[in-house]
Amino acid sequence: MTIAHDFEYVLPRTLEDAIDVLGRPGAQVLAGGTDVVPWLRDDLIEPALLVDIKAIPGLGEITIDDSRISLGALVTFADLIASPVVAAHAPLLAEMASQVASTGVRNRATVVGNVCSAVPSLDAGPALMVYDAQVEVVGPDGDRLVPLGEWFVGPRTTRLRAGEVCTGVTLVLPPVDHAGAFLKLARYSGEDLAQANLAVVVTEDRNYRLAFGAVAPVPLRARSIEVLLAGRELEDSLVEEAAQLVADEISPITDIRATASYRSHMCRVMLRRGLRAARDRLAGTGPPYGTHVI
Amino acid sequence: MRHDIEMKLNGERLSVEVHPREVLLDVLRTQLGVKSPKVGCERGDCGACTVLLDGRSVRSCLVLAVETDGHELTTLEGIEHDGLTDVQEALIEHSSFQCGFCAPGIVVAAAELVTRTPHPTPEEVREAIAGNLCRCTGYEAIVDAVVAATRAPAHSGGET
Repeated sequence: MTIAHDFEYVLPRTLEDAIDVLGRPGAQVLAGGTDVVPWLRDDLIEPALLVDIKAIPGLGEITIDDSRISLGALVTFADLIASPVVAAHAPLLAEMASQVASTGVRNRATVVGNVCSAVPSLDAGPALMVYDAQVEVVGPDGDRLVPLGEWFVGPRTTRLRAGEVCTGVTLVLPPVDHAGAFLKLARYSGEDLAQANLAVVVTEDRNYRLAFGAVAPVPLRARSIEVLLAGRELEDSLVEEAAQLVADEISPITDIRATASYRSHMCRVMLRRGLRAARDRLAGTGPPYGTHVI
Repeated sequence: MRHDIEMKLNGERLSVEVHPREVLLDVLRTQLGVKSPKVGCERGDCGACTVLLDGRSVRSCLVLAVETDGHELTTLEGIEHDGLTDVQEALIEHSSFQCGFCAPGIVVAAAELVTRTPHPTPEEVREAIAGNLCRCTGYEAIVDAVVAATRAPAHSGGET
């Protein structure tokens, strides 16, 4: 099946040139294309112009500056898996990336593209939210930062305005040692989207960050659970108390991949296992990163 | 507007005129006569159209042909240009396929794996081909063949 409608294609060499052409009516950014191309084929989008940002220098880099890790807009999921910076400072991101689709998609699909596509099941969302990520946006009026918690408006809808391009995401590492876990509930590996996913961060001073995905229109931080757990050791009774709060945080639907009640049940299971795995990893006794705990 | 693009396909430089809406998979099969990438799901799920773009496996159904201007493509035809590879010989030896529709994608995915991990474990092979659907077999004979073809040579002359 071919793409039915015509559009133009440009490959700007600088960010300035990209902003210029993105001002034209019907312009659409293209990076890895793993969402854009199927959307073109399905007529979900009908742009007049595709602006391929792959020739813009500097957007493919993962950099660390003090406690901030920046991922350029062209950083792929395969790049996260291969990155020494990620492995040393935020291995949770590689654990997430290794559960996204398959090698042939991860080689092409970008993390920022995932964030811009904003499907409710996106895996990058929860993993970046537990690091208080900010989305970097550049437009004709200059640049701005949008906290990821405010970025997602609804399924496939973000705060990105017409004429703007997202150039990267920056995440903030906790000020003390931390460990994490990323859990993706899916039916099989290779291509399945999440039925539910969960990112957990546990810090040395016993602060907890939790973000669920695929169980609400947008990924969400489970703030009431974070407040309950703050400063406390994860005794079994406390984990159980936390699990009881899951239902108040999420609002899952029944769809082709799972029923709402299954998602709710499994989110409690994932919370228990995710908290324990992250805590044990921090203590040096947990399952190695990449081990599926769900 | 049509674009003249230049690429290196299986070691050969060539130029081709494409429209931006033309998908790489279709251009390979119809304009360039390269038939090993198969038209399967056309949404990146099945892996039958896998090719190497600058040495990395990609879904040719998710790449616009115009994006490959100035890049290097390798398909199954390029991989077996100098004869069947060890992996292919092992796949035959193990009778790994039935209909064979998934075979080109699996050989390409395995080729990328072996470049980075010359002696993969069965788990690494399963992970590398996790995005290549085979509806005939249970994958076991495929994994066995790739592992057999890439096994590290046994140490000889060591202590027993």
